[in-house]
Amino acid sequence: MSHWNPAPFAQQLLDLFASLLLLIAFAMLSQRRILTLIHLFAWQGLILTLSIADSAWLTHQPHLYYSAVLTLIIKVLILPLLLHRLIRRLDVVWDVETLINIPTTMLVGIGLVVFSFNLALPIAHFSSTILRNTLGIALASVLLSFMMMITRRKAVPQVIGFLALENGLFLAATSATYGMPMVVELGVALDVLVGMFIFGIFFFQIRETFDSLDIRHMEKLKEE
Amino acid sequence: MEIWVLLSFPLLGGLWLGATGQRAQAPLVNLLVSIATLGAAGFLAARVLQEGRVSAWDEQFVVDPFNVFLVGLTAFVGTTTAWFSRPYVRNEVQHGRLSASRLRLYHGMYQAFLFTLLVALTTNNLGLLWVAMEAATLTTVLLVSLYRTPASLEAAWKYFILCGVGIAQALFGTILLYFAAEKVLGEGGNALLWTHLAQVKGQLEPTIVSLAFVFLLVGYGTKVGLAPLHNWLPDAHAEGPTPISAVLSGLLLNVALYAVLRTKVLVDGALHQPFAGHLMMGFGVFSVAVAALFLMRQKDIKRLFAYSSIEHMGLMTFAFGMGGAVANFAGLLHMTMHSLTKSAIFFAVGHASQKSGTQLMAQIRGLIRTSPTIGWGLLLGALAILGMPPFGVFASEFLILTTAMHEQPWATPILLGALGVAFAAIFGKVQPMVFGPATGQRLPHPPAILPVFLHLTLVLILGLYLPPALAIWYRQAAALLG
Repeated sequence: MSHWNPAPFAQQLLDLFASLLLLIAFAMLSQRRILTLIHLFAWQGLILTLSIADSAWLTHQPHLYYSAVLTLIIKVLILPLLLHRLIRRLDVVWDVETLINIPTTMLVGIGLVVFSFNLALPIAHFSSTILRNTLGIALASVLLSFMMMITRRKAVPQVIGFLALENGLFLAATSATYGMPMVVELGVALDVLVGMFIFGIFFFQIRETFDSLDIRHMEKLKEE
Repeated sequence: MEIWVLLSFPLLGGLWLGATGQRAQAPLVNLLVSIATLGAAGFLAARVLQEGRVSAWDEQFVVDPFNVFLVGLTAFVGTTTAWFSRPYVRNEVQHGRLSASRLRLYHGMYQAFLFTLLVALTTNNLGLLWVAMEAATLTTVLLVSLYRTPASLEAAWKYFILCGVGIAQALFGTILLYFAAEKVLGEGGNALLWTHLAQVKGQLEPTIVSLAFVFLLVGYGTKVGLAPLHNWLPDAHAEGPTPISAVLSGLLLNVALYAVLRTKVLVDGALHQPFAGHLMMGFGVFSVAVAALFLMRQKDIKRLFAYSSIEHMGLMTFAFGMGGAVANFAGLLHMTMHSLTKSAIFFAVGHASQKSGTQLMAQIRGLIRTSPTIGWGLLLGALAILGMPPFGVFASEFLILTTAMHEQPWATPILLGALGVAFAAIFGKVQPMVFGPATGQRLPHPPAILPVFLHLTLVLILGLYLPPALAIWYRQAAALLG
């Protein structure tokens, strides 16, 4: 009598979650509305949580469950709520950003994905864990968030890009390894939270000084 | 035990000052906490020199001759900067540039910043090292924007975003390193402990480790201020309060370079070829050259010396990239000399610009007439940082250049040329500020001159005579770098 083996199923789920995460990274790259951007960020956090929980199930690593709970609390609940409150208090909920050249951005994004897969290929080869496919995807979503930060001209979307970058890094940490040691994960989570608060303070300072959250006002410091 | 005492002083002091930092005696408390930290660092150093290595919390924290020397340097410059900061902030309050709540922020964050640096230096866990480096950015970013001017906000935003993104690369590098280590050391917390990694470095997978180093070098290199990742550095130095410029230049850059060096040891062990060294030499020489070119164009006195920091960090990175006993020794010596000299210069610059009410060099004139001590401090500091004998910077630069002639002859003309350009640029700009007709005004609180001359005297003494005990200490530290 053969038992049903859950491993291949969980493995495929993991790949599915990773590709969904990448898809959301692309969606964020082309999203103009700040509110939708925050929703996308929360979805990305949820998918990351599911993917970590799935890895925990697959590898029987109890500490990955804690890590999933931590991600759920911080990335899906606290950070999106904070961002929501921030944009309401800054009164930019319905802000729409004009993005130029979305097709070009997307094409460059696809190039980045190909590049990351090539970079991750020789490394994934060494992976003893069953989670090897996702490393390339993780690197790709890190680079896509990085690109989102470069193409944005407003402060809030830039910060969301920064936080999404952290999501990609966490996917890398759980896919390449069995998750970082708990003390490190807690430390990183603390840094992200404190960072978010400082960003919040910053938004108000910037608005107070420049009357807008547009970064274009902040390009005075240059070498002549 | 000593490690806990060392870390608890700035942590508790930071919390206390965060609550009460607006009071009149806060600058003094800030100084006293720093002195206590320096005392703890002294006890720790004494124990490390006796026993060779001290550890705490299941080896999560380990202090050996290499990091204890940086712990000592950090605590020392932290103390003298707190000393200089006392009259500096009182003058700023009198000029109406700082309010009570900002003083609280300033003093609390100052100690918190020292705490993160000391954690980064003493921790043995490469993950915690990353956490502490990121926290060091977080504690200083609101200090850069302390004056709330448009320029300072822009500088702080740039600092935050660039260093945040840079340090994210370093986290990816750390993850890759953990990935390589896990195969050898097994899963669990030990695979990120540097001492454990150093024991098995020969067995780490070379492909993964070399990729990890690229990410780590780019990440931490952003904080070192290596060109072309240096963009945040001059702005953050120029727009923040001068005591913060002094600790950024004198301490933060060192600690970031320390993080690179720790990982370089592992990579060298895994690869058996100087891959990491070549990368570091490339970045180093490029930074020296870029900084020298930018030095000529500067109008703001703090930007001028910020670019000089990039130049010197590049020189150190180059020295450590060459590797070997002599170059590492020279790199460590240069680290010390640069920290002491550069912070002394920023002390003098801080008071000079307070006196003249501007940071524009064209409007700072005749310092030697209005306040001879500040004028001489700036002049001697500039001569010291330019590598004039008999100051200690001359000794370390001489060692680096002679080693380069032997081992990397291609780099010597570039380095010499850049040092020449830097000399012309800095000396040409400092000289009219010191001499010439006077423009300054009297300050309500007498400036702290002693820290300037204390640092410069130390640099002078170390340039003339390196005590054998100190030389042995440096050699032990250099040996740890391979």
